[in-house]
Amino acid sequence: MIAIEDVSKRYADGTVAVDRLSLQIPNHSITVLVGPSGCGKTTTLRMINRMIEPSSGTIRVNGEDILRKPVNALRQSMGYVIQNAGLFQHRTILDNIATVPRLLGWSKQRARARAAELMERVGLDPAMARRYPYQLSGGQQQRVGVARALAADPPILLMDEPFSAVDPVVRRGLQEELLRIQGELGKAIVFVTHDMDEAITIGDRVAVLRTGGKLAQFAAPDELLSAPADAFVEEFLGGDRGIRGLSFLSTRDLALDRSRVFPVGSDWQQLAGESAGAGPVLVTDADAKPLGWADLTVWAGDVQALEPHGQAFEVGKDSLRVALDRAVLSPTGQAVAVDGAGRVLGLAGQETVAAAIRAARQRRAADSEGVSTVKAAR
Amino acid sequence: MNGFFDIPSDLQSSYLGLISTHMQEALVPVLVGLLLALPIGLLCVRVNWIYPPVLWITTVLYAIPSIAFFVVLIDYTGLSKTTVMIPLTLYSLVVLVPAVVDGVRSVPEETNAAAAAMGIGSLRRYLQVQLPIAVPAIMAGLRVATASSISLVSVGSLIGNQGALGNLLTTAMLYHRPLLAVNSVVTTAVLAVLVDAVLVLLRRVLTPWQPASGRKAARRTSTIAGAARTPESVS
Repeated sequence: MIAIEDVSKRYADGTVAVDRLSLQIPNHSITVLVGPSGCGKTTTLRMINRMIEPSSGTIRVNGEDILRKPVNALRQSMGYVIQNAGLFQHRTILDNIATVPRLLGWSKQRARARAAELMERVGLDPAMARRYPYQLSGGQQQRVGVARALAADPPILLMDEPFSAVDPVVRRGLQEELLRIQGELGKAIVFVTHDMDEAITIGDRVAVLRTGGKLAQFAAPDELLSAPADAFVEEFLGGDRGIRGLSFLSTRDLALDRSRVFPVGSDWQQLAGESAGAGPVLVTDADAKPLGWADLTVWAGDVQALEPHGQAFEVGKDSLRVALDRAVLSPTGQAVAVDGAGRVLGLAGQETVAAAIRAARQRRAADSEGVSTVKAAR
Repeated sequence: MNGFFDIPSDLQSSYLGLISTHMQEALVPVLVGLLLALPIGLLCVRVNWIYPPVLWITTVLYAIPSIAFFVVLIDYTGLSKTTVMIPLTLYSLVVLVPAVVDGVRSVPEETNAAAAAMGIGSLRRYLQVQLPIAVPAIMAGLRVATASSISLVSVGSLIGNQGALGNLLTTAMLYHRPLLAVNSVVTTAVLAVLVDAVLVLLRRVLTPWQPASGRKAARRTSTIAGAARTPESVS
C-alpha cells in the first residue's frame, strides 16, 4: 500500500504543482490519476519513486517512509513505464527487458531467461528478442516497456501515460493486455493519464485532479460516473457519462423475451396467423444460433431472405451499455441475447434495457441508504 | 637518388618510418583528447552552466598557434614528439568536447527518465546508456578531429624532424625536389582518407542498433520481414 499523506510540491518560482494531496493506494489494484495538463498527476507519480522530491508531506510504502530507503534501491523496487516507452535504443529487446535484473546482480543467463519469459507474458513474438527498438512498432515498443518494468517482479508499477502515443486500436489492445496481466500478477499499479475513458476502462479507483494539484474526487469509476463530486469532475467526464455508466451494469437480470424466437422448420403459416400484428420474429438454426429477422406477413420460409440480425450481446459477460447499443443498432429495436456458446437466450428491446437500468438505480439507491444507515449506527 | 620515394638522409627515416611517426603523432593526441573529453563532457552535461566557459576555453586553446606552445613546451619536453602531440591533443578538444556533450544531450528525454526511474545511478547512466547512444555524434567528431590532426602534424617540422611527412615539404624546398612535396601531400591525404574509412567502419560495428538511412533501411527491414517468415525463426 502506498500512502500519500498531505503532500505538496511547490517550485522556486511559486508554482504549486501538487497541493496537500492525500491518497491511499491499495495493493492488488489499479489506481488511476487523471486530470487536465498542469494538474500535477505526473509530479505525484514521480514523487512516489523520488524522481521529484515533495516540498512537504510524506509518502509511505507499506508503512515505511520512502525517504528512508536508498533512492536507487527504492526505484528498483518499482517498475516504471513511460510514454513512448523510453527504450534503450542501443540494446536488444531482450537486454532492455533484462536491465533491472542485471542491476540487481542476476547472472546474464538468468536475467535473459526471465526476459524471455516476460516477452511471452506481454504477448511479444520470441523472434523479436534479438531485434533493436527501431525495428518495432510503437505498440510493440510499449509492450517491451511494460515487460521491462515487470522484469524484477516489483510489487509496485508506476505508469506515466504509457499508452498515450499509440493509435486507439492498439491502445485498446494494450489496455486489455494490462488488465489481463494485472489479473495474473495483482500489482499495486499507479496509472497516470489525461484520458477519462482510459481511466474508467482500467481503473479500480480513479483520482480526479484539478489544475493546481488539488484532488477533486477519488472514487470507483461507476461511482464517478453516477455521482460526480462537482461541476469540474462532471465536465471532465464528458457529455455521455450516463451512457458510459451503463458499462458497470450487468445484463444478467435482463427480462428477456423468449416468445418471439423460433427455430427453422416451425409452422410459419400457423405462427403468422397468431402473431402477424406483433411484428418481426427471430429465426434460429437447429443449434439455436441466430439466423435473422423475419416479418411473418411477407416471409415465405426462405433463409436467404431473412434480414441480418447484426451483432448479439452475451448475457452476463457484456454490460447493459453493449445491450443498449445492440438494441439501438438492431433493425427491429430488439437486441439478440446469446449465451457463451452463441445460442439465443431471448430478445431485449430498448424498453427492456431501460427497465433494467431503472431497477439497477433503485438497487444502488437502496444499497447506499443501507451503507449510510450502517455508518449512522456506528 | 631523385625518385618519388627517395627520402633524403637528413630526415633520418625511411618512407614507411615517416608514415608510422606521422600516424603516431596524429592519432595519439586524438585518443588522449577523447579520454579527456569524456569526463569533461560528463561535467558539462551534469552542471549546465559549465559548458559555455569550457567551450570558450577550448576555442581559445585552438586559436593559440602551435609555435607558441612549442616555445613554452621545449623547456620541459624538448624537441620531442611529445612537444608536438600536446598542442594537437588540446586542439582536438575543440571538436571532441562539443561532440560528446551534444551527443549525450541528444539522448531522448524518455530514455533518461526511464534509466533514472529504473535506479541506474548517474555515472552508470552516463557510461552505459548516454555514451553508447551518443556514439554516432562522438564518431562524427572523431572523424573531424582525426582528419585535422593528420594535417596538423606537419607543424612539427618547426622543431626539427618531428613533422614526419611534413618534413618532406621543408626538404623539398631545401633540395629543390618538388616531387617530395607532392609525395608529402598525397601521402597525407591518402592516410586521412584511409583512417576516415576505418572510423566509418568502426561506427557501423559499434551501432548495429541504428537504422540505416534510406534505401538500405528498406532493404534491411524487408530481409527481417523475410527472415521472420522462414520456418527456422518460427520454431
